[in-house]
Amino acid sequence: MAGADSVLRVRDLKVHFPVHDGVLIRRQTGSVKAVDGVSFEVGRSETLGLVGESGCGKSTTGLAILRMTPLTEGRIEFEGQDISHLSVRRMRPLRKRLQMVYQDPYGSLNPRMKVGDLIGEPLVIHGVAGDQDAYRARIQELLRLVGLRPEMAERYPHEFSGGQRQRISIARAVALNPTLVLCDEPVSALDVSIQAQVINLFQELQERLGLSYLFIAHDLAVVRHVSHRIAVMYLGRIVEVAPRDLLYRAPLHPYTRGLLAAAPLPDPSAERSRAHEEIVGEPPSVVNPPSGCHFHPRCPMAMPVCAQRAPELTAAATGHAVACHLHDPSRALDIAASGLAA
Amino acid sequence: MQRPVLEVRNLAVEFGAGAGRVRAVDDVSFEVNPGETLAIVGESGSGKSVTALSLLRLVPTPPGRFCSGEILFEGEDLLKASDAAIRCIRGNRIAMIFQEPMSSLNPALTVGLQIAEPLQLHGRLPWARAFDKARELLTRVRIPDAARRVNTHPHQFSGGMRQRAMIAMALACKPNLIIADEPTTALDVTVQAQILSLLKDLTKETNAALILITHDLGVVARYADRVCVMYAGRVVESGSAQDIYANPRHPYTLGLMASIPRLDQDAVDRLTPIEGQPPDLAALPKGCAFEPRCRYAMDRCRDERPTLEHEGGRHYRACFANVAC
Repeated sequence: MAGADSVLRVRDLKVHFPVHDGVLIRRQTGSVKAVDGVSFEVGRSETLGLVGESGCGKSTTGLAILRMTPLTEGRIEFEGQDISHLSVRRMRPLRKRLQMVYQDPYGSLNPRMKVGDLIGEPLVIHGVAGDQDAYRARIQELLRLVGLRPEMAERYPHEFSGGQRQRISIARAVALNPTLVLCDEPVSALDVSIQAQVINLFQELQERLGLSYLFIAHDLAVVRHVSHRIAVMYLGRIVEVAPRDLLYRAPLHPYTRGLLAAAPLPDPSAERSRAHEEIVGEPPSVVNPPSGCHFHPRCPMAMPVCAQRAPELTAAATGHAVACHLHDPSRALDIAASGLAA
Repeated sequence: MQRPVLEVRNLAVEFGAGAGRVRAVDDVSFEVNPGETLAIVGESGSGKSVTALSLLRLVPTPPGRFCSGEILFEGEDLLKASDAAIRCIRGNRIAMIFQEPMSSLNPALTVGLQIAEPLQLHGRLPWARAFDKARELLTRVRIPDAARRVNTHPHQFSGGMRQRAMIAMALACKPNLIIADEPTTALDVTVQAQILSLLKDLTKETNAALILITHDLGVVARYADRVCVMYAGRVVESGSAQDIYANPRHPYTLGLMASIPRLDQDAVDRLTPIEGQPPDLAALPKGCAFEPRCRYAMDRCRDERPTLEHEGGRHYRACFANVAC
């Protein structure tokens, strides 16, 4: 899926925010490593799910790719072009093909603009609106594309429900025929009965327009449904990447396993027969993350090495990579030895 | 059979007046037994939170108005009780846990003081004793280093720890009923699992009844004994959790079950959503509120509002259609 035909390639991305101290003489006393060495690819017409708990850096990763937050280190390639150091002006034409859908359909639409103008705004900004007739026709086409009625162009956002507003946001995002759409928690503000409608719309648009998605979310069931591959993040790092069904059937990283066990299933019989292994504690602060593997203080399988050295993301099977000392082939002997000693 | 802790009968709550009048809760009836966990599920605007607030008369009147019904707590009608009597019940015999632990804790007071307050107020304990109890309670909700934590302020607590402190506060006076309104919606999934199993364990220990207000069908399946499904201010189906999930009999419940993606199953090609938009409470149809979105709708559904009817066992539903599942 990924490989030569990747739309987005992120290599060793780091986004660190400086922490200052002092009143008159401000000194940098440390940094928040919001994203700390993240690498992944998104293939053409592929959906990569990026999951993790709050503060794991998934949204910051998205913002860095859009160049909406300065990146500290690393390389971002979009359609084969290195965009990690492009100026605002040089970045602008690329934005046509790199779009975004936000979480909150109430906060992300200007309440004073009519829906038609909201959807047409990207066309005007990028100078592809054409004459009045072409512009109107395109807006109506987009409204139909996202399952709204053409006459809704004359209404204001407050007249729409959350699900309909998210459709408007999606119409805005696809107005310029993008190749990649970053979706940051696009259905988590919606009611359950509406979520499914919007998820289906995302999938239909992917098939019709050949879109690639970077789908950032915390809901593991939603991510399983929409993604082709999934990357799990914990405290600024990717701990596991795998094709979706493999990740859910055979998760390798203790954090992924704990995350899956913590999410309740909508099935009382299945819940009763399921072992509820809890991950202890809460995600630590990114200002002062634990040494070595960030997950080791909460990990039920932690070994002495986990506190000393951060594990690398290494391939465990085709398409399946994990950053865990338990699955490091070069350490297999040590683990066996410690097992014998115990 | 044991007597229910709480019986709600035909409760109706309205807001506003004239054309903007909205009936947020309409003809809602349910009961909870000691030691039982009842989940009230619904989407935004379904009336589940207003129902929860009504139980302790926390709905501001005006603009709110209790139109009819009874809320019988251990036999006493809370809607008829005096303000002084209600104050003796709040935080004492009925405790409430809210969604946002940070906005329901006072940022200027130490956590210990806030847990000790109901003990001093309702339990008439001297402050020193109340503080000792607060420390014990923090240990019981598994906050490490409770002796030191008891003197710290809420901002020094993480989200999960704040919700643990809220649970400690709720348990302080050994209530017979705990109402938790979306207690883990603001928390991460690993912390959610910890908090809910803690709440479940502690209520089991004290044989308190728990009303869990949530929109999460997974949480309901894991923690609830019984379920009330609400839509547009009314209970449309109720029954044991096992029954509701294995054998949903209302088209709305059926639609909800079909529309959620599953964590434990390989992805299907497309989800089956409930079509249409959520109802506008200010302009509800004359008949069944779900009729415009219902696959089983008949002529009768447009003119007549179905009431909750017995379906066998403890299963009830409000629907005219013959729903095959």
